[in-house]
Amino acid sequence: MNSAPHIEIRDLTMAYGEFVIQRDLNFVVNKGDIFVIMGGNGCGKTTLMRALIGLQRPTRGTVYYGGEDFWGVEPQEQERLKRRLGIMFQGGALWSSLTLAENVALPLKEYTALAPRRIGEIVSFKLALVGLAGFEEFYPAELSGGMKKRAGLARAMALDPDILVIDEPSSGLDPLTARRLDDLILELRDSLDTTIVVITHELASILGIGTNSVFLDTETHTMINTGNPKEAVVSGDLRVRHFLTRGEL
Amino acid sequence: MTVNGANVANTRSDTGNERQWRLDPRPMGDGLLELSCAGRWCMDQDLPAAGMIVSELDNTLRLSFDTAQLSAWDTGFLAFLRALFVLCAERGISIEQDGLPNGIRHLLAMAAAVPEQKAAKRSNARQNLFFQVGAATVAFFRGAPEMLHFLGEITLSFGRLLRGRARFRLSDLWWEIEEVGPRALVIVSVISFLVGLILAYLGADQLRLVGAQIFIADLVAIGMVREVGALMTGIIIAGRTGAAFAAQLGTMQVNEEIDAFKTLGISPVDFLVLPRMLALMLMVPLLTLYAGFVGMLAGLLVSVAIFDIGMFEYYTETLRALELKHFLVGLSKGSVYGGMVAYAGCLRGMQCGRSAESVGEAATSAVVTGILLITISASLMTIIFYRLGI
Repeated sequence: MNSAPHIEIRDLTMAYGEFVIQRDLNFVVNKGDIFVIMGGNGCGKTTLMRALIGLQRPTRGTVYYGGEDFWGVEPQEQERLKRRLGIMFQGGALWSSLTLAENVALPLKEYTALAPRRIGEIVSFKLALVGLAGFEEFYPAELSGGMKKRAGLARAMALDPDILVIDEPSSGLDPLTARRLDDLILELRDSLDTTIVVITHELASILGIGTNSVFLDTETHTMINTGNPKEAVVSGDLRVRHFLTRGEL
Repeated sequence: MTVNGANVANTRSDTGNERQWRLDPRPMGDGLLELSCAGRWCMDQDLPAAGMIVSELDNTLRLSFDTAQLSAWDTGFLAFLRALFVLCAERGISIEQDGLPNGIRHLLAMAAAVPEQKAAKRSNARQNLFFQVGAATVAFFRGAPEMLHFLGEITLSFGRLLRGRARFRLSDLWWEIEEVGPRALVIVSVISFLVGLILAYLGADQLRLVGAQIFIADLVAIGMVREVGALMTGIIIAGRTGAAFAAQLGTMQVNEEIDAFKTLGISPVDFLVLPRMLALMLMVPLLTLYAGFVGMLAGLLVSVAIFDIGMFEYYTETLRALELKHFLVGLSKGSVYGGMVAYAGCLRGMQCGRSAESVGEAATSAVVTGILLITISASLMTIIFYRLGI
């Protein structure tokens, strides 16, 4: 059995030319974690996410998935590793020329041999899970921002990925919908054993669902805290406590 | 009856263990049907449809599950159960979920928590040909007033400009002028040179029959300066700049930037459309003149190199043929074509929807509309100039 960590970030540095966004990042995401990547605006959360999901090669260091060096393997191997990931982008990133059903169905059509009827049932179930039952034939342009976000999550979940990377799940959602989405993330972790990586600065989500975390600091351009965010509120670095208590500590 | 995955092509095994799904409906008496689901129920297998056991449901009042032998499951199993629940609901069969794993029960509960928006549901069936033709016709006639409305807004905006009350940044105008003028020189040069060359060859072929090859100079000079230079420049600009205008304004629609102008009380037509209209109406006539010059140069080159006409002879004939009115006609056509391209590009950009696909449609439509308007106005102007004897 492979005993390597589920995801390992080793010596990762990301920069745009001379401008370093984050440097020397080292942390591990264990299977079943709901791992929160947090930090203030402009700290490089999304840049880190892009390095994690293969959209942007880091300046230095790499990402290991189950012990396999993502940035060190051939492109075909990268594609195989990417198939273990489901990504929900901040704004949903739905394909505007496809209906919601077609958006969710596309990964199933591309990567499974399921019959169209079965794909239809799965699509319908995924959309129901995110509270969008009945909206199958809608185009993204006809949906609100929150609905697009939820549809993006349904698409990310289409193939029941091992690892779900979610960028800002709660921003722009009403509190009840945000809570429902958090519950869904917990349920996906518990029921399907999915490892979840959440990029967010929403305190309710961080403290509500996070089981492990890394805090990226804007000023020092590196990570200054890892561990359970609930513990970080009590005993973390002062800057992290400051962040997690909205400046009250 | 036991149904299993061995009946289908998908019979994978792993480390010697059976990895197929198995489905066994067991009537337990008193209308209770226990469904035993065992083995591996995952999407990578050819899972059964819920309808497979529909005959077993005929005398059933309650449905329960035995999943003690279930070794693995994913959304494939959930989708099967959901379809089965729909069948049961249609038959008034109550479902006892106690035998299902906790995770499955929770996920099914979450999927059922927000009821289906039946009012939102719509058919994806394609409409028939008559409907499509009808819808396209209605859309066309609805589009005409919109085009006139936008023309009116631009006219009002020009009125504000003349009164010094239009709000836009001069830097935007300069930027647009640079973008649509000097940066288009290369493509205009290439196309005009080739068109001049074609005109010269075409003329030479016919004029040779009557021994009047020197009139290649007249044909190329008048043709390029008066008609073809403006027409080619207009078409180039429609493809290059009209599409860009539509894409820029369309993307601004998607990003709600145009709404932001409106809420600030700034007319988007003044701020965005006016500089683009002005830039094209000013620069296309100049590009037209330039295109005429390049076309004549190509004619000269062909005449001297291929048809043995002297350079000075060609130059003198060109000067003799060209009159001021030809330049004025070319310039006025260039200006009108520029205005048409800017109008089409801005109109389609401002009409753009809220998606990436709409931006593509706006750009395509801008080019088509621009070329159509150029062609219509070219025909009208040719008739008008003929009637006026210009």
